[in-house]
Amino acid sequence: MAASSESAGTRRDFLYLATGAVTAAGVAAVAWPLIDQMNPSADVLALASTEVDISAIDVGQSITVTWRGKPVFIRRRTADEIALAEGVDLADLRDPQPDSARVQKAEWLILVGVCTHLGCIPLGQKSTDPRGNFGGWFCPCHGSHYDTSGRIRKGPAPANLAVPAYVFVSDTLVRIG
Amino acid sequence: MSAPVFKNPVVRWIDYRMPIFTFMHHQLHAYPTPRNLNYWWNFGSLAGIVLVIMIVTGVVLAMHYVPNSDLAFASVERIMRDVNYGWLIRYLHMNGGSMFFIAVYIHIFRGLYFGSYKAPRELLWILGVVILLLMMATAFMGYVLPWGQMSFWGATVITNLFSAVPVVGEWIVSWLWGGFTIGNPTLNRFFSLHYLLPFVIVAVVFLHLWALHRFGSNNPLGIDAKGPQDTIPFHPYYTAKDAFGLGAFLLFYAAIVFYAPNFFAEPDNYIPANPMVTPTHIVPEWYLLPFYAILRAFTFDIWFLKAKLLGVIGMFASILILCVLPWLDRSPVRSARYRPIYKQFFWVLLADCLILGLVGAHAPNDLVFPGLAGPVVEGVEAGGFQYVHLGQIATAYYFLHFLFVIPLLGLFERPRPLPLGIGQPVLKGAAHSHSQTMEKA
Amino acid sequence: MRRVVLAAAAALSLSFVGVAAASEGGGALPDRHWSFSGIFGTIDKAAAQRGLQVYREVCAGCHSLSLLSYRHLAGIGLDEDGIKAIAAEATVVDGPNDAGEMFERPGRPADRFAAPFPNEKASRAANNGAYPPDLSVITKARAGGANYVFGILTGYGEAPADLTMQEGMNYNTYFPGLQIAMPAPLSEGSVEYADGTPATVEQMASDVTMFMTWAAEPETDARKRMGIKAMLFLLVLTGLFYATKRKVWAALH
Repeated sequence: MAASSESAGTRRDFLYLATGAVTAAGVAAVAWPLIDQMNPSADVLALASTEVDISAIDVGQSITVTWRGKPVFIRRRTADEIALAEGVDLADLRDPQPDSARVQKAEWLILVGVCTHLGCIPLGQKSTDPRGNFGGWFCPCHGSHYDTSGRIRKGPAPANLAVPAYVFVSDTLVRIG
Repeated sequence: MSAPVFKNPVVRWIDYRMPIFTFMHHQLHAYPTPRNLNYWWNFGSLAGIVLVIMIVTGVVLAMHYVPNSDLAFASVERIMRDVNYGWLIRYLHMNGGSMFFIAVYIHIFRGLYFGSYKAPRELLWILGVVILLLMMATAFMGYVLPWGQMSFWGATVITNLFSAVPVVGEWIVSWLWGGFTIGNPTLNRFFSLHYLLPFVIVAVVFLHLWALHRFGSNNPLGIDAKGPQDTIPFHPYYTAKDAFGLGAFLLFYAAIVFYAPNFFAEPDNYIPANPMVTPTHIVPEWYLLPFYAILRAFTFDIWFLKAKLLGVIGMFASILILCVLPWLDRSPVRSARYRPIYKQFFWVLLADCLILGLVGAHAPNDLVFPGLAGPVVEGVEAGGFQYVHLGQIATAYYFLHFLFVIPLLGLFERPRPLPLGIGQPVLKGAAHSHSQTMEKA
Repeated sequence: MRRVVLAAAAALSLSFVGVAAASEGGGALPDRHWSFSGIFGTIDKAAAQRGLQVYREVCAGCHSLSLLSYRHLAGIGLDEDGIKAIAAEATVVDGPNDAGEMFERPGRPADRFAAPFPNEKASRAANNGAYPPDLSVITKARAGGANYVFGILTGYGEAPADLTMQEGMNYNTYFPGLQIAMPAPLSEGSVEYADGTPATVEQMASDVTMFMTWAAEPETDARKRMGIKAMLFLLVLTGLFYATKRKVWAALH
């Protein structure tokens, strides 16, 4: 009697275990769509890239465009600014990166205009804006200074201004993202 | 009842300070339940589970839906096409509403058959009627949100009913609308209330369960459980049985959602709302059709009461009359198993409600039997037996059933002899057949 | 006896769900077999692509498809370049630019399908007061669905002698009321299919109906696939629940 009730016991427990496991799998399968629906939807993902016509930008001029809800700085650098950027000793940089790694064409600097410290938009796009001590951008929130390659030189920001993925569709058209 | 002892020290720490685990043990685990409940008792828990599904899917849909008359229809289509799994969540919510009413209607008819509304469960029953009213209001407002043709025109027809109220009727309607017609202000407030009411339903369900637990469940025999020999603990017996019922219910629900998601839907509601174009047939969702039929059955004035007002009164009366059922039905016997005449009238009532639903789905002047048109008389409407006539007969029976048949049965019906107890066969009468039915779980 | 009544009740209650949508005047719809019918049905992508061509070349002159974007066409098997090409053929209003003006530009995949008219009133004005409906969900917005749309497109013919046609209306066997404002849109060879399929009226009607069904329910294939998995899973789960219930209750007897 004891032997059969023991094997009946394990058979019963196996059934409960199996039922519990299948139920748990079902709950997980149901939970995933409820979580995934909050991920970016197809129409949001479709706006992941923006094309910008750069033909109207003069040498030394900067424009700001919106990409994925954020500002993107496009600056057509002067020869002086390019020389300044290329001449910096990497040892002086908090986030060492040569200028050549941050541009595809030296004349065109394209950066995400969000300070890497706490997210403010640095000044320097308008000719009347302060550009900080290094000729690039100055963040008014906590005093971060960026150079003519958008690299952090002074202040609390830990990293250089981000360079988004972009391609030159033609000489006058850039696709960002 | 013994206090449970928990092995887990964290559980013990919490329970000592806030005895939620002891509470759950008493109400969901050890809770004594009649041992002879049949599968008709599954539908209460099913309704509760569907309520949770509706709230979860609804809250998620509300993350994407836009309650503005210019954007609502397109926002629903965006959910269907662009939101990850949006089509699934939308179809679950849309068909969940129908599932909810299926479960609740079966639950109600179970109560009617087995006398669950009788003393001492009158308040439990009345709370159930309140839940039904809240469900109908919630569902009505929810149907307006996609802003299709049927959303707009169904809302127009039903809100216009309130103009039948004497003196303040017109004011009530423009107050409901927030304007001169159904429009954006109406849509916005319906969205707000549609989000709110389900939580009110949850609160009333809590009261409903509290009232239930006071005396415990009724059972198919309709006689009280006298002691532990008649009951079993809710867990594991009824948790296991409810789980099985849930599985079967989900199979049906899944078949609809994945293979016939627009079975209960009205094609006209996939046409964006157009205030300048009225659909040929305005119909509410299927679960409101019987009430729609009763509303339209009153085509005549009585004394100073206009037909429109009578229709509104009749429609609400058809639900509210359920509240007084425990006092209309004076029979000391609960279950229809022991009330042979009441049992027949139960089936007639069920058929009557289905006929009312059929009437609600048809245009009032359509012929019930299309081949048998009446004689065509110049200048007079086509004769013949029309759906409005069938609706009038069915409405008349509905009220006759509750106001005359039930009280008379209570006074004059000779019930079958009741069994002695839930665990025991009956002494006299059909002893053998009863002892067999009693052993079915 | 009780079971019979219950079964009859269930059948009766299911019967009135679809009743209100019955059409009057239109004939019984063609009951065509579609590839998307049934539990294992799928959208025929090749047919849907031909249907897209029919929509663009024939229907898009009057009917908008505003709830779809060009990028959605990936769902019927078009690749990125194909979608860009189709989008670029359309002109879309965008703006304001830095001068504050609205401007026109070629369409992009993320844009919605360009509509032939800016709004319903303009559409009615151009079509003698009749409004060619938006086709984004047409197969869900008509009783009979795909069969109805196919029927309308193939149901044109000579009006019977006893029917007086109103001014500007066309006879159609399947349209409720038998008189439809839209003239027959398809005729033999209206479209030249890229894959060489002969463009009979029946073929074009079938293809554009396939496209419309997809457009109304792009999730069809995914839904039915998920449905099979869900039903099998629930069958197993319900079976386990049943076995558990029997085991638990066995202790009582």
